[in-house]
Amino acid sequence: MDQKGILPLAEVPEGTQAVVQGLRGGGGFLGRMAALGFIVGGKVSVLQNSGRGPVIVLVRDTRVALGRGEALKVLVGTQADSHGDSRT
Amino acid sequence: MAIPEPEARTITVALAGQPNVGKSTVFNMLTGLTQHVGNWPGKTIERKAGTCHCNGLTLSIVDLPGIYSLTANSPEERVARDFIIQDRPDVVVVISDAAALERNLYLVAELMVLPTPLVVALNMVDVAERAGIRIDPQVLEAALGVPVIPLVASRNQGLRELIGAVDHLVRHPEGYRPRVPTIREGHQAVMAAVHQLIAGQVPSSYPEAWVAMKLLEGDGDLLAMMQERLPPERWEQLHSILKQHEDAVLDVAGGRYEWIGRIVRAALVRPRLGQIALTDRLDRVAAHPTWGLILLLGLFGVVFVITYGIGTPIQEWLDAALIQGMARTARGALAGWPPWVAGLLADGVIGGAGMVLTFLPILVIFFAVLALLEDAGYLARAAFVLDRFMHGMGLHGKSGLPLILGFGCNVPAVLGARIIEDQRARMLTILLSPLVPCSARLAVVALLAPAFFGGGATLVSWGLVLLNLVMLVLIGTVVHRLAFQGQYAAFIMELPLYHVPNARTIGLAVWRHTWAFVKKAGGLILAVSVAVWTLATLPGGGMEESFLARLGHLLAPAGRLMGLDWRMMVALLTSFLAKENAIPTLAILYGAADEGTSLASLLATQVRPAAALAFLAMQMLFIPCAATVATIRSETGSWTWTASSVALLAVVSFAVGIGIYQGAVLLGVGV
Repeated sequence: MDQKGILPLAEVPEGTQAVVQGLRGGGGFLGRMAALGFIVGGKVSVLQNSGRGPVIVLVRDTRVALGRGEALKVLVGTQADSHGDSRT
Repeated sequence: MAIPEPEARTITVALAGQPNVGKSTVFNMLTGLTQHVGNWPGKTIERKAGTCHCNGLTLSIVDLPGIYSLTANSPEERVARDFIIQDRPDVVVVISDAAALERNLYLVAELMVLPTPLVVALNMVDVAERAGIRIDPQVLEAALGVPVIPLVASRNQGLRELIGAVDHLVRHPEGYRPRVPTIREGHQAVMAAVHQLIAGQVPSSYPEAWVAMKLLEGDGDLLAMMQERLPPERWEQLHSILKQHEDAVLDVAGGRYEWIGRIVRAALVRPRLGQIALTDRLDRVAAHPTWGLILLLGLFGVVFVITYGIGTPIQEWLDAALIQGMARTARGALAGWPPWVAGLLADGVIGGAGMVLTFLPILVIFFAVLALLEDAGYLARAAFVLDRFMHGMGLHGKSGLPLILGFGCNVPAVLGARIIEDQRARMLTILLSPLVPCSARLAVVALLAPAFFGGGATLVSWGLVLLNLVMLVLIGTVVHRLAFQGQYAAFIMELPLYHVPNARTIGLAVWRHTWAFVKKAGGLILAVSVAVWTLATLPGGGMEESFLARLGHLLAPAGRLMGLDWRMMVALLTSFLAKENAIPTLAILYGAADEGTSLASLLATQVRPAAALAFLAMQMLFIPCAATVATIRSETGSWTWTASSVALLAVVSFAVGIGIYQGAVLLGVGV
């Protein structure tokens, strides 16, 4: 399967839309992120990413700041045609 | 069916909601000054409750902490969930932000599964409408099977209808038919298996199906509960099922969002502009790595200027007019009594109470400006900008704010640590707060450094501030690595839309925080004040002969290692009461008044530069003032933590003082 378009959210440039493909991390982290709308297939757009430090992401009408470490644990596809349900 | 008389009973209403949905505004509007603030049993989380008499009803309202879900990921979520399940309020009102309906319905989806009836309050519909988001409450109500009431809480719109809906629900419970979301098909079999394993073993207050679902979501608290209650072989079975489905949380959450998607499609119209465009435009600056930092420093500069520009004159006026006046009156009234009685009352008790009182103008202004910035949505941006500087210490952006406040006064810094959800990060931030040099300590340095160092004073002062910050980072990093084993707290923080702040929300926040300070820290400050007065006065014969002086003599051997005599040690001791006390103490002990010369010139001739530097460094790093210690105690709820924090700073300040002086001796400079 095509893995080319999958990368951590921390590496998505500012102003780009992406679709969540998977999350890494412990139960507590997954639970918090899922409640905010970071679920497989969920759409996110990166509002701010200066390449260092935290990022701002728009998810389900909400601006969420994520530490760089947290943004590295969210895997996204930036291609418009990548589908969300290929991973769990 | 027996319906109780409406005026005969009190309806208990729990306010639930995600953070930043205007929940406290709703609470403030409903309860006003009837609210009382305490802590949830055994927790340091604020518990706010109040009463509302309206429409001929009495509502007892409990404001639950802001939560995103009902899984016990944080103490807030634990508290909110336990209250709903165990205390069984009559109705749960879920406050939702109309501008972020999808995410807010997530909590609704979770709450609907529980037996307590819900009312959904759709707050800030005005903001949503300005952003082009229109929600049809009737359609939403029909889709959810739960009453939906649109609100603009900040303008008191819709609250009457909200209370009406609560009343109706209590009178006609049979009419409540929520359309509960179902779990995705892929997980129904696992759910059923889990349900079967725990059947009959769950405490009666918990719905079994709900517990099964939460176990599948990896809820640690319920897992521990089931381990305790299940026979070992069943527990093994359950454990292995859950292990195989560790990622089910994403799927369960995905299922909820699918359900939400179906509901929202019918009830929501949205082209978007307005408020959201404004927020994104402001964030270009406020959340920018460089501009954001400049804005932050500028804003806090202004906060300090306002606080001290307005607060200090009021403080001085209060001290002169009220405290001194009361002390004079007390002395006059007690003229016939032994002098120590008048002294104890006038200097110890009234002086101590006066100190609590004179803190208030500064704190009130501080809290007001902060509440304003928070309510407008700015504080989250400040935390965002500070985040990148905090990671070395295992902290994140939210810890940066209290520490910056510390430059004004350490008391609000310690109080400000409340915004940090993670317990470890909050404790570490409280521990580090006193290392930020507060304005009182800076004032002492500003006065003494020129006396000791003349033209080099500016350089020395900046050096001392830098020394404090270096120690802060050093201690933060070491504690993070050793005590907390390098565990990081995740930085996941919502950035709310900017909006015009609400005066009532700010006013009540100021009132609550100030009252909490007086109530919790006031008594301890008073006690310390009386104790220090007693030590500095008894057994008579002036401060030179006092117990405090004897203590100073006792500490003199340690002082000699830093080149300091007993008088300097006593000055450090009295600075425990308030940092600026170091100056009058030195003036008394060096006899500045008797010799008719200024303290500065006396010190310049009597103290060598190496000892002077050691003294200044010590006084910058020494144990925090009584007010800060009292606040640390009330915020951490632990004497052990408070004592360790004081001990740590005592050790650090002595080590640095000794290091500076002995270094100078070794190099042969300034001794």
